[in-house]
Amino acid sequence: MNGQPILVAMSGGVDSSVTAALLKDQGYDVTGVTLKLWGGESDTGCCSVSDVDDARRVADQLDIAHHVFNFGDEFEEHVVGPYVEAHSQGVTPNPCIECNRHLKFDKLLRRATALGFDLVATGHHAKIVETGDGPRIARGADASKDQSYVLHMLSKEQLQRVVLPLGDMTKDQVREIATGIDLRTATKPDSQDVCFISRTKGGRQRFLETRVQLTPGTVVDRDGQPVGHVPALELVTVGQRKGLGVSGAGDPVYAVDVNMAERQVTVGAEADLFTQSSQICDLFWVGEAVPDDVTVQTSAHGRVAGATVVGTEVRWLQPHRRVAAGQSLVFYRKEGDAQVVVGSATAAS
Amino acid sequence: MESQLVYLDNAASTPVRASAVEAMLPMLTESYGNPSGAHIMARSARRAIDDVRDVLAEGLGCGPGDVVFCSGGTEADNLAVFGSAANGGTVVCSAVEHPAVREPVMQLGGRIVGVDRQGFLDLDQLRAALDPSVSLVSVMLANNESGVIQPLHEIAEIMAEEAPNALLHTDAVQAFAWIDVATHAAPAHLISIAGHKFGGPKGVGALAVRSGSSVPAQLVGGGQERGVRSGTHNSPGIVGMGQAAKDLLASREETNARVGELRDRLANGLLEAIPGAHETAVLSPGSRAHKVPGSCHLCFENIESEALLFLLERDGILASAASSCASGAQHPSHVLEAMGYSPELAAGSLRLSLGYASTAADVDHALAVIPPAVARLREMGS
Repeated sequence: MNGQPILVAMSGGVDSSVTAALLKDQGYDVTGVTLKLWGGESDTGCCSVSDVDDARRVADQLDIAHHVFNFGDEFEEHVVGPYVEAHSQGVTPNPCIECNRHLKFDKLLRRATALGFDLVATGHHAKIVETGDGPRIARGADASKDQSYVLHMLSKEQLQRVVLPLGDMTKDQVREIATGIDLRTATKPDSQDVCFISRTKGGRQRFLETRVQLTPGTVVDRDGQPVGHVPALELVTVGQRKGLGVSGAGDPVYAVDVNMAERQVTVGAEADLFTQSSQICDLFWVGEAVPDDVTVQTSAHGRVAGATVVGTEVRWLQPHRRVAAGQSLVFYRKEGDAQVVVGSATAAS
Repeated sequence: MESQLVYLDNAASTPVRASAVEAMLPMLTESYGNPSGAHIMARSARRAIDDVRDVLAEGLGCGPGDVVFCSGGTEADNLAVFGSAANGGTVVCSAVEHPAVREPVMQLGGRIVGVDRQGFLDLDQLRAALDPSVSLVSVMLANNESGVIQPLHEIAEIMAEEAPNALLHTDAVQAFAWIDVATHAAPAHLISIAGHKFGGPKGVGALAVRSGSSVPAQLVGGGQERGVRSGTHNSPGIVGMGQAAKDLLASREETNARVGELRDRLANGLLEAIPGAHETAVLSPGSRAHKVPGSCHLCFENIESEALLFLLERDGILASAASSCASGAQHPSHVLEAMGYSPELAAGSLRLSLGYASTAADVDHALAVIPPAVARLREMGS
């Protein structure tokens, strides 16, 4: 690699720390950069100062340059704003996907170009595999940590400039490397949940309350009979069991539908959650359309299921839990040894 | 690090003068006694500190007994604002104050007075903000971003009419290196300075509390500094600051003339070479008499400061944009916002601050490096 310049996005966590260490070891001319995305409260403190400090000190330890880029305005515009907007329309957002789409793999790539870096690396657990049709995203070696789902939208052009050194490793191996070279982040816990929402400061509800008027709603059963109330429809996700304000014994009930216009949540038995097909929009095939027999993932760490895509419908091979509107459906196919992303869609309302 | 580093960030901190380093060493190795003690080593430390009072008294135009040593500009500013507020009344400051003043004033629910496009305090707004309940007006002598020098005499006249009981505090942290504070801040009751802005060490500063005025202590303990600021004296720091002040006062006029010319060449050269470049606080080309000589503050259209600073550092230029937050990220400048600059233009700000050690070669290098860096970013986007 003979000193090829590469910009490594360092969050202050163990994965990106090891990413920087590995690339330096491989002979790249590594510069670390931490994106300051959020200025408000979070579980890692104001401005995530402690994470930036961790990244900076790991960079010092590796003897590489480190910079901080303030992408706060873009984060607000492309991630936080749409997150709030989605919730207020009763749609489930994917903030990590939007952050990757607009910040890490757009704004940062453009910034890298301007600063003279052809390559950008991150510590995501996913692989980039070469196909006859250019590079594609595929699942990482650690099934429990795989992040190909939140990177599914990366184009050929983007992938040609991206390096993901952790794709062939398990998380345990990453931590072993970090411990082996005594990185200060070696035992730092994995990040959880949405980075701009503080779990200790009232969580999602408190966060949304400060930005939008939350809408109380009626909980009805499958026959339309009122059975309870929820303080905020925006916080109800299809499949949810707790916090539906339905009291009494009997079988557990689940949210099976959220209707913002009617201000209603419909609840039903677990069996009511299952469906033969899901409506989709924004269908996209990375290369040639391969609608038959794909495996589909519908949330960041969700299980996968077999399906066939027909028009604007995903037809499940086995009855599948309803997919909340707004969630991404990512389609995979086995190619050689790899589970490769071949397409995606969004669950329709 | 790169072999050639051009330091153009003197408003953030200055190189410590060799004479100051030399003066500090014996305080660490020989006269290390606690200056509050009674024995000979304590007394020698005490004497060294008291000599610094005399130097600062001359520089600030106050009495030696008015000088309260503290840990730096932030502490001096906090002592002035919180101290004055402890006597009751309303506190008032300008919209372009350093956070060390602005944050205390906002915490106290004080009033903020705007500035005009050039960065001068809006005197009509000031008049409107004043009434007899006001206990403190804080206006910085020279701004840390724009370099603009405020007319404290005019401000004091308005205060005498509208808020006769108020003290006038001035944060002279940026000003002291360049202008005669004794004259410019003559009407001020309280004056803050910080050692590292004029060739002294970090972690030491002073608040001049002119006799007749008083501020209650914010740190209490052993009763040092006449009870206004307890804590063992930072004798090496104070002595280093004193030596730096002595050198500064002996050479300031000459330095100002030399650095002022360098700054003009730098600013004019950049404005000429870079389309869409705006010099802040300057309404007609070259009219910079109201700014400190070291300040070259520009905004570039269609540029993001942090990308520009990255390229400049790679080419050996060390500068800054606006204030940095604790994470090290660049933040939009509250100073430019107060002066009415659009967020887009403010996002492309570059603060090149020269100092007593700046050279013609520094300016040559900056003029060679900055225009192509701006051009590159505009061409490639960021």
